[in-house]
Amino acid sequence: MQANRDVSVEVVKGSIHGIIGENGAGKSTLMSILYGFYRADSGSVEIDGRTAAIHSPGDAIAAGIGMVHQHFMLVEPLTVLENVLLGAEGGPLLRDGVRQARDDLDRLERDYGLEVDVDAAVGGLPVGIQQRVEILKALYRGAETLILDEPTGVLTPQEATDLFRILAALKKQGRTIILITHKLREIMAITEQVTVMRRGSVVADVRTADTSREHLAELMVGRKVLLRVDKGAAQPGEVLLEARNLEAVDDTGVRRLKDVSLTVRRGEILGIAGVAGNGQSELLEVLCGIRKPASGELEVNGHVLWSGQERTDARRVRRIGLAHIPEDRQRMGLVTAFTAGESSILGYQGDAAFNGPILLHRRRVVSACQRQMHEYDVRPPDPLLLSSGFSGGNQQKIIVARELDRDPEVLLIGQPTRGLDIGAIESIHRRIIELRDRGKAILLVSVELDEILSLSDRIAVMFDGAVAGEVAAEDATEQLLGGLMAGLGNN
Amino acid sequence: MEQFGFFILLLDATLRVSVPLVLAAIAGLFSERSGIVDIGLEGKMLGGAFAAAAASYVCSERLAAAGLEGLLPAAAWVGLAAAVSWSVLLALLHGVASIRYHGNQIVSGVAINILMSGLTVLLGIAWFSQGGRTPQLPPGGRFRPVVWPGAEAVAEVPILGHLYSELLSGHNVLVYLAFLAVPLAFWVVYRTRFGLRLRAVGENPEAVDTAGISVAGMRYRAVIVCGALCGVAGAYLSTAQSAAFIKDMTAGKGFIALAALVFGKWRPVPTLLACLLFGFLDAVAARLQGSFDLEATTPLVRALVDAAPFVIEALPYALVVLLLAGFVGRAIAPKASGIPYVKSG
Amino acid sequence: MATADAGFGLPRWAVNGLLPLVNLVAAFAVSGIVILILGESPVEAVVALVRGAFGFREAWGYTLYYATNFIFTALAFSIAAHCGLFNIGGEGQGYIGGLGVGLACLYLDVLPFFLLVPVAIVGGALFGAAWAWVPAYLQARRGSHVVITTIMFNFIAATVMVYLLVNVLIEPGQMSPQSRDFAEHARLPAMHDMMGWLGIDFPRTPLNAAFIWALACAGLVWVYVWHTRWGYELRTVGANPDAAVYAGISPARNIVRAMVISGALAGMMGLNEVMGVNQRLLLNFTAGYGFVGIAVSLMGRNHPVGILVASLLFGALYQGGAELAFEMPRVSRELVVVIQGLVIMFVGALEFLFLPAFRPWLQKRRQAASAAAAAAEQE
Repeated sequence: MQANRDVSVEVVKGSIHGIIGENGAGKSTLMSILYGFYRADSGSVEIDGRTAAIHSPGDAIAAGIGMVHQHFMLVEPLTVLENVLLGAEGGPLLRDGVRQARDDLDRLERDYGLEVDVDAAVGGLPVGIQQRVEILKALYRGAETLILDEPTGVLTPQEATDLFRILAALKKQGRTIILITHKLREIMAITEQVTVMRRGSVVADVRTADTSREHLAELMVGRKVLLRVDKGAAQPGEVLLEARNLEAVDDTGVRRLKDVSLTVRRGEILGIAGVAGNGQSELLEVLCGIRKPASGELEVNGHVLWSGQERTDARRVRRIGLAHIPEDRQRMGLVTAFTAGESSILGYQGDAAFNGPILLHRRRVVSACQRQMHEYDVRPPDPLLLSSGFSGGNQQKIIVARELDRDPEVLLIGQPTRGLDIGAIESIHRRIIELRDRGKAILLVSVELDEILSLSDRIAVMFDGAVAGEVAAEDATEQLLGGLMAGLGNN
Repeated sequence: MEQFGFFILLLDATLRVSVPLVLAAIAGLFSERSGIVDIGLEGKMLGGAFAAAAASYVCSERLAAAGLEGLLPAAAWVGLAAAVSWSVLLALLHGVASIRYHGNQIVSGVAINILMSGLTVLLGIAWFSQGGRTPQLPPGGRFRPVVWPGAEAVAEVPILGHLYSELLSGHNVLVYLAFLAVPLAFWVVYRTRFGLRLRAVGENPEAVDTAGISVAGMRYRAVIVCGALCGVAGAYLSTAQSAAFIKDMTAGKGFIALAALVFGKWRPVPTLLACLLFGFLDAVAARLQGSFDLEATTPLVRALVDAAPFVIEALPYALVVLLLAGFVGRAIAPKASGIPYVKSG
Repeated sequence: MATADAGFGLPRWAVNGLLPLVNLVAAFAVSGIVILILGESPVEAVVALVRGAFGFREAWGYTLYYATNFIFTALAFSIAAHCGLFNIGGEGQGYIGGLGVGLACLYLDVLPFFLLVPVAIVGGALFGAAWAWVPAYLQARRGSHVVITTIMFNFIAATVMVYLLVNVLIEPGQMSPQSRDFAEHARLPAMHDMMGWLGIDFPRTPLNAAFIWALACAGLVWVYVWHTRWGYELRTVGANPDAAVYAGISPARNIVRAMVISGALAGMMGLNEVMGVNQRLLLNFTAGYGFVGIAVSLMGRNHPVGILVASLLFGALYQGGAELAFEMPRVSRELVVVIQGLVIMFVGALEFLFLPAFRPWLQKRRQAASAAAAAAEQE
């Protein structure tokens, strides 16, 4: 796979430079090469006009490049100080470096407003503070150029604002910042120059002042047409899914769902919009029977779930007519080590259609899978091929086929088109509309606002575990939803 | 007074049986803190024990043949060097399998244990023809007790004199080495650059990699330290505690050490305490057997006394199970241990 | 298990056939070097070994007797492995399983033979399963790792058995810690007897009816793992626990189920040793067979057919090794243990050692194949 093709980027010293592109456009690969984490097959890097040979993160650090990764590179049981020291200890004994580090960190914290308790264990700090530790790590190593990879993905809007304030301060001191993101708002707010990537190539390099959100979006996606899907008006029927006052906590005891109430009717699509990590995943887990809510009520297709009387698990929820296309297909949707045929019965392995009293009849599984593959145009249509051998789009089709094959009444869909190409996206979108028109109740979770806007009949926005607001599709605008997603309230 | 004497002897025995446990557990600490699970402590110790006894024997033979009896104590050190080298080689084998080839670390550990349980006997029989034993070492060819100055003079002084002459004095150099290894390990792990990187690489190797440090390099260094310490433990068994290698002489000590490491939550000082506890239990069990007159007791008491040594013997294993299950505290292993480090985007 | 999804996109025949075979050859090559170091000829050793394992009918009996133990313990390891568990406790489970068999034979021998055999089988299975259940439960519900707990349970089992044999089960008036001999009808029929019933002359060997039961168990495991929904669920938990939860499959329940079956199978090794061969309870009858099971299962890629083949190989090694020790004074039985360790190392831990050597060739084949497929599709 070629993740980057003939990419050239020029970054002006002392500026904030944005790199924008959809998921999978090759931004992160490019930065990993800059940081020496991956080796490029060809090409070169120049810093201050001199060619820099960057073969490892050590070289990058020496060349003055610091990186704040999307997933923090922190050692949780160690203190902030120890994390900062790691790799820059200043001598074989820690004692040598510690005093120096304390002084330097003090200064850095003062200069840039990066307050952190340096003796706290990193694992116990909030995400926003952990990110500061990452920035401190880079600065302590003398980074002149700071690369931030999707830095706001995990931040609250308040934390994001703090981050931008810090970045502005860094720029003022003459440091160079490269911001990788897929969020247009951030690019427009803070960068001076922006490079747009699509499918591993640079498609544009423009001054931010000379461009607009719409223009950038068009460049990112690669064609003028917005992802509008032809669909008629919804014909909502009776309520098939009703959640009242759902609350849920995660394994560490943090409240993830706060008083969530929703209804989905027959023949309509309810879109759930929101920045990733605002409770959407937990909502899906509660609705499909994986996560037990702390309180609240849930009724699906006339059955009360999680009532305490009866066991609720994903198997039972399936039996009452709910199907679920999970957010992360490789992690949950299929078993990559299984054949496609085996993956095509995941969750339905106990179906009478495949089973005798004891035996699971493989021939029946294979022929059912074969049929599904033809109906949903899975390529190659070979049920005996390992699931890992299919492309992302075809894996998703295997899952969609499996989940729709039993004609469910209620359908949960998480991030249906994440990482897929346009063709696959269109075919999956068509399927979803078609199901709605056949009178199914559909709940769609997506972090792609375009997708939500083009498919939904009603849109609920989640923020910090709660439903921040709900609007009819015809009243929804990007600005309105953006405000709700940022937790700015409905008014 | 007699009870006190018994108690001192018990503590003395505890020290002696704890030595290989302490060395092996600290060895395991280095390996596992770096993210390499090591259930091959047993095998490395066994291999080290054989190497020490064999090298020391051959060396003392040569010295005797050359008429250099005065140099005999050097044979013990030659044995120690052989044990350490051999054990480090085994540790590197484990390292290459785990680090370079991303092999299953449990499988590799099992392989080393089995390989050594076979190879030591196979070579022992082929070389020495004594059914898997090595020949008895001459007194000079093993590590002898070091009598501290004045120990004999104060031996009769109650309590303090006893403590000095029985408990502190009169052990061989490897005993002192083992107990020095613990504060040293503490210092290395918590006070040095190596230690910081070690603690980091077992928790989050990616963080170490992005800090410009070689993950593989750190892990190789850790397994080498582990191998060296296991070698010392093995040498203690065959050339200090006894004077020959005997088939399967580790008898599960590597696993007890592993248990102590888990019990000590992968930290040096608690691990030492766990080793001493397990050593103490061992010493007690050894003294319980046959030390009571059972004729006069009821069958129930007799049954309990019969069972007691076995209960004590099984206690370390049971304690570790309970600990891991969270019934007595909680032991959380280094997060990345057992997982091969593969770079991912 | 690390091996579950590490195919590197290679064809299955390469991962399941070629690599293990190459690794096996490497293990034997190193063993040959060891023999050279001992001052003997590896070629002669191989000849003696093969002759000792297969050269005469009695040898076959011994080879298959050893293989019986390995089939049981390897099947036990494999079923846990399919659920993502490393059951290193086959030794202890087999030991306690043997206790179950022995207790049935000692105390329930009022039953007639045809009832006692199933009772003993159930007894061995139950005891072995119970010994695996505790670590399984602790892993499933309390998160303690089965690797460590099953190791600990091996030692606890050894202590329990010594206590019981020394203090409780010992035949009164005897010095050595052994139970009394089982009654005539509380023994599994030996192969030479059964062959005798058919009018076939077969030499006296420890091979007994447990061998047939081992073959049956291999078949049952095959059906269970690949041809039932329970096996499907077990493998799903092993390959991807998140997907299992998504599918409504409980990882905890399957972990316990897999370990209990695993322990029961390991317990059957006790059946062979206690009821088939020794015909009384004694110490250390497991003799490391539980650990050999790990090697056998790894070599057989956790598949019953592979396990049967690998068991035969290891049975031959054990028997041939004994004969070899007779013929070559400098080589002792422990050579077999060395080979076993090397096989585990090469086939298990270093399984991808030779991958870099093969990958370009395999990829070329693959590309050629897919090009051909693409051409076919175009037509």
